[in-house]
Parts: sequence; structure tokens; C-alpha cells
Amino acid sequence: MAIEARLRVRRYDPESGGEPYYQEYETSVPEWGTVLDALIQIREEQDGTLTLRCSCRSAICGSCAMKVNGESALACKTKLVDIAPDGETVTVEPMGNQPIVRDLVVDMQPFWDKVRAVQPYLQPDGPPESGREYLAPNDAMQHLSGVMNCIMCGACVSECTVLEVDDKFLGPAALAKAYRFAADPRDDKTQERLVDLFDMDGGMWDCTHCFECVQVCPKGVEPMERIVKLREMAMDAGLEDHNGVRHSKTFADSVEHSGWLNESQLAVGSFKLTNVKDQLGNMPVALRMLMSGKMPNPIHRPIPSVREVRRVFDETERQHQQQVAESTSQKEA
Amino acid sequence: MDALRYAWFPGCVSRGACRELYKSTRAVAERLGIELVEMKEGACTGAGVLSERNPELAQALNARTFAMAEQWDLPILTICSTCQGVMSGIKHILDTDATAREQANQAIAADGYTYRGTSRVTHLMWIIVEEYGLERLREQVVRSLAGLRVGPFYGCYILRPREVLAFDEHPGRGTYLEQIIEVLGADPVDYYGKSKCCGFPILTMNKANSLTMAGTHLAEAQDKGADCMVTPCPLCHLNLDAQQPDAAKYVNRSLDLPILHLPQLIGLALGMEPGELGLGQHVVKTNAVVSKVFAAAA
Repeated sequence: MAIEARLRVRRYDPESGGEPYYQEYETSVPEWGTVLDALIQIREEQDGTLTLRCSCRSAICGSCAMKVNGESALACKTKLVDIAPDGETVTVEPMGNQPIVRDLVVDMQPFWDKVRAVQPYLQPDGPPESGREYLAPNDAMQHLSGVMNCIMCGACVSECTVLEVDDKFLGPAALAKAYRFAADPRDDKTQERLVDLFDMDGGMWDCTHCFECVQVCPKGVEPMERIVKLREMAMDAGLEDHNGVRHSKTFADSVEHSGWLNESQLAVGSFKLTNVKDQLGNMPVALRMLMSGKMPNPIHRPIPSVREVRRVFDETERQHQQQVAESTSQKEA
Repeated sequence: MDALRYAWFPGCVSRGACRELYKSTRAVAERLGIELVEMKEGACTGAGVLSERNPELAQALNARTFAMAEQWDLPILTICSTCQGVMSGIKHILDTDATAREQANQAIAADGYTYRGTSRVTHLMWIIVEEYGLERLREQVVRSLAGLRVGPFYGCYILRPREVLAFDEHPGRGTYLEQIIEVLGADPVDYYGKSKCCGFPILTMNKANSLTMAGTHLAEAQDKGADCMVTPCPLCHLNLDAQQPDAAKYVNRSLDLPILHLPQLIGLALGMEPGELGLGQHVVKTNAVVSKVFAAAA
């Protein structure tokens, strides 16, 4: 059985000086046909000027990421029958947050520059102890299997909400790659990596937890979850001087003390107390909130069973310290 | 139909900076005949912040909350996209990772709690559509919001990841705000930013990025003719409302877009008074929205 595919494709040739526009195509593909199959067929049979990038057609090479109905995906992994079962029009656009070269092809240079910036290779101190290879026990590598699946397609970068407003952000792909090496038991530059990503503009603290990258990654890399882990590793390694850590610590202290968040305390504690500019920066919004009845009650009463919450803190803090100690000793072994 | 009864988890912000959300939720639930049994002993979900300090801590705190609702044999009802997302995510971990569940249960056992996995966590926006019913809501509308143009703003945690938020079972969850807006008689305004991030989580780490994000979405909705936005998330509300004057500076333009909490918009259509809904407790004044609704109904 064949499927009638209707594609609405964003066309743009920056060199021509013309404006972007949408062009509609119709073609017929087999029932297992993907968006990529339809695009290739259109290019070969109807319009040789339609420009796209692809190679393996099997969701391995990562070349054909593009926006399908507004969400980044591998065109070769997106079956038409799943997204347009009744022949609905499918909108195809180039990835976001990257300069367009032509039609569906974007310039990946900024992507590669950011991946290279995190030194995406193993950095052990000296030669391997046992002959030719750096060996690691299987279970010490298991947690990295997801992040190692990255095929660098750029779908996560395409959807990143922070990159939409700030192109200095390293972005989900590069930070996930950084975690992949920082958390590798054979790497001896973990502390240096964490310090770099901790201090830099556009590093680990600039992710906004929006889950866009987790949603679109075709390989289950979950980049945001890796950024979350980088922050955890940095805090476990004792790095402190960042508003991200102050925010996290004040948040935890507040919940431990009362069972729920004290927003006023958080607003003050998230900035260095001696940073007059930041502390004063809180004032206009505090005043606005006060004037409109949004200022939280200054008396922040603990929930009646707060002792139970504190017990949970004690118990899990102990579990956590134990895990940190285990993973440190594993690294040293 | 069975009585709708929930273990209501109000979250921290509805008892702190957005008390108008707490107030309007209570008032609207009562009007609709939805019974809310408040979880006064529930602890903060951790909002994704505690998870990155210590995942076991966040898992155990939420396991304790789930266990309480299981003791009551009631589903948990949230009124915050962030509470919903964090609880759904942690429930997913506890339900699929036996070691994590065992660790969490160990941490809460001393106080007599056990997480068994019989509870479920749902959001006010979801139950309005899935359990209360849109047609039933339509019958309750006594003051149609006809002519009001409303920009939906979801908040990330109630949209992503879809796998954890049961979108396979409820594929419409990405359009519930629009559906509710329409049932109330108002017109949903479609714009790119409606499913994007408000910027709140990085407000204290990178204010420029955070408020540029908020300002961009506000400007887009305003330029598309929205009279107001409606959100099921009080954290989005704080960045879009309380920070709006600063966000305007970051996007270098004027902004004047009231941000309503979901129960406030519903309450207006149910004929409730602005004061009952806490519509005076906003940084961006809601008078123009209220006048428009009252004028249309007159």
C-alpha cells in the first residue's frame, strides 16, 4: 500500500538575496516511507534544487535532523504513517539556532566548535598500567551508555530555549559530551573539567531545565539530565562560588528547616550577601510584590511534621555521601 | 458520576508569593463541586533543584508525599506545572527502578510511610478536561468570556517529557489550555512561545537570559493581540508577571500583559467576583481584562 505524502517545505537561499518561503509538494511513498524518503523522492523526481543533508538513512549518522511539524527529529526515523496517517500536510523546516546554508541544510560549525571546546576525549594521567588499554569495569561504564549514544545530529541544539536568546551557551550536546568524559572512571581531568564548566559564561549553570532536548533527542541521550549530573558532581566536588550553588543550598536549607520553600529567604540567599549590586537588584521586584500583595508572609511557619522531613534529609544525605565516597574510591582504584 | 475528591498539594508558591492561586483554586473547586483535601504535611517537591543536589533526597521527599495520599486512598492534585512535572518524573523513577524505590522507602520508613505505587498525580488543568469534563464546564459558564483573547502559557514541566507525563494515554494534553479557553467562550491566541520556557529556573543565575526569554514570549503574545495570558504554573506566573517590568527592559520595549492563573480565568467565566479570585494581587494590573469581561457580559 502506498501513502500520499503532502510536504510543506521551507525554502531559503541566503545567497540569492530572496526571502524564505514555503513550497508544497505531493508524492507517493510506500507505507513504511519516512519523511526523508519523501524528500529524496521529491528531489529526484520533481525538484532538483531542493537541498537537504542525509547519509545513512538508518538513524545512525545524524545528518538529517530537521524540524518536522515544528519539532526537531531525524527525517529518516520519522515515518509518515505515524505523523500523517490520513495524508495530512507535514511541515518540514531546517533546524533552529543554527545558520541556514540553504533550504534544510544548516551550518554545523558552531555546533562542532562547542563540542571541541569541552575537550571531548579521554585525558588519563600517563600510560595505562596494564599494557595497551585503559580498562574500566563494566558496571563503572554502564551509566554512560545512554550519553555515549549521541550521534551529534544537533536536534537538541535546535530546540534549546537558552540558545534562542544567548548563542554563547555551550548547549545541550556539548555539555552532555563534557559529562560523558567528566564521569568516565578512566579520566583524570574530572576536577579541571568541572571547574571550567562551573566558572565559564554559558557553562553548566545556564541550562533552564526546559526538557526540550530530552524530548527531541532521537537516541535517548537526555542531555539536560547530564547537565543536572554535572551540577551535582560540581557541588559534590566542593565547588561553591556561584549563584547556582547558593540558590541550591538556600533552597535545601529552607526545605530542611520548614518542609517548604521560603521564597524571601531564597531571593536573598541566592546571591552573595556582600554583592551589593545583586542584593539591591532584588529591591524593585520586592517592592512591586509588596505593593501588589504578592510578598510572602515574613513569618514562614514550618509544616507540623517537619521532623519527618529533617529525618529524610539526614537519611538521604548519609546515603548520598556514601555514594560519592564509593565513586571517588572507584576512580582512584 | 462519582464525586471528585483529591488530596490537594498546593505547592510552596501558592502559599507564598502567589496566594491568589491558592484562593482562586479553593473558590473555583468549591463552585464546581470538586472536593479538595489539603495535604498540609506534604513537603516541597524540590522543584528540580533538590534533585540535582541529591537525587535520593528528592525521591524520598516525594515518596513520603505519595505515601500519604496512598494512606488516604486519594489521587494527588497539583496546581503547578513544576510540582506536576517533578512529581511525575520522580514517580516514574520509583515505579521503574526497584533500587531507587527501596532507598526512598528506607528513608521514610521510620515515620511509618511506605510508597507502594498505588497513588497517581494529576494537575487541575488535566482533571478539568479528563475527569470533570469540558461539556460539564461549559454548562457552568454564566459569564461568557466572549471577545477575550487569551494566550495560553503551559510551562515546560507539564509538557515534557511526554513519556513521563502520560501523553501516550492522553495525547490531547498539549492543547488542554486552548480547549478550556474556548469552552469559557474566549479566543485562544496561537504563538510560538506558548510551549517554551519562561526562564524562571535561571533567574538568579543568568537574569539577562531569563528575562529575555520571558520578555520575548510576552511581546509575541501581546503583538498577536492577546488581552492576557493564562498559565497553570505559578513559577511561570512569577517570571511573566512580577518580573514583567524588568523583562520589558531586556527586550527593549513596552509590555503590559496581565498573567492569569488558570482557576482565575475559569472563575471569571463562572461569574465569580475579581476579589474572590485574588485578581487584585498581580503586579501587572488585571483591570483591563476584568472590564472587558464585565462589559461583554453586560
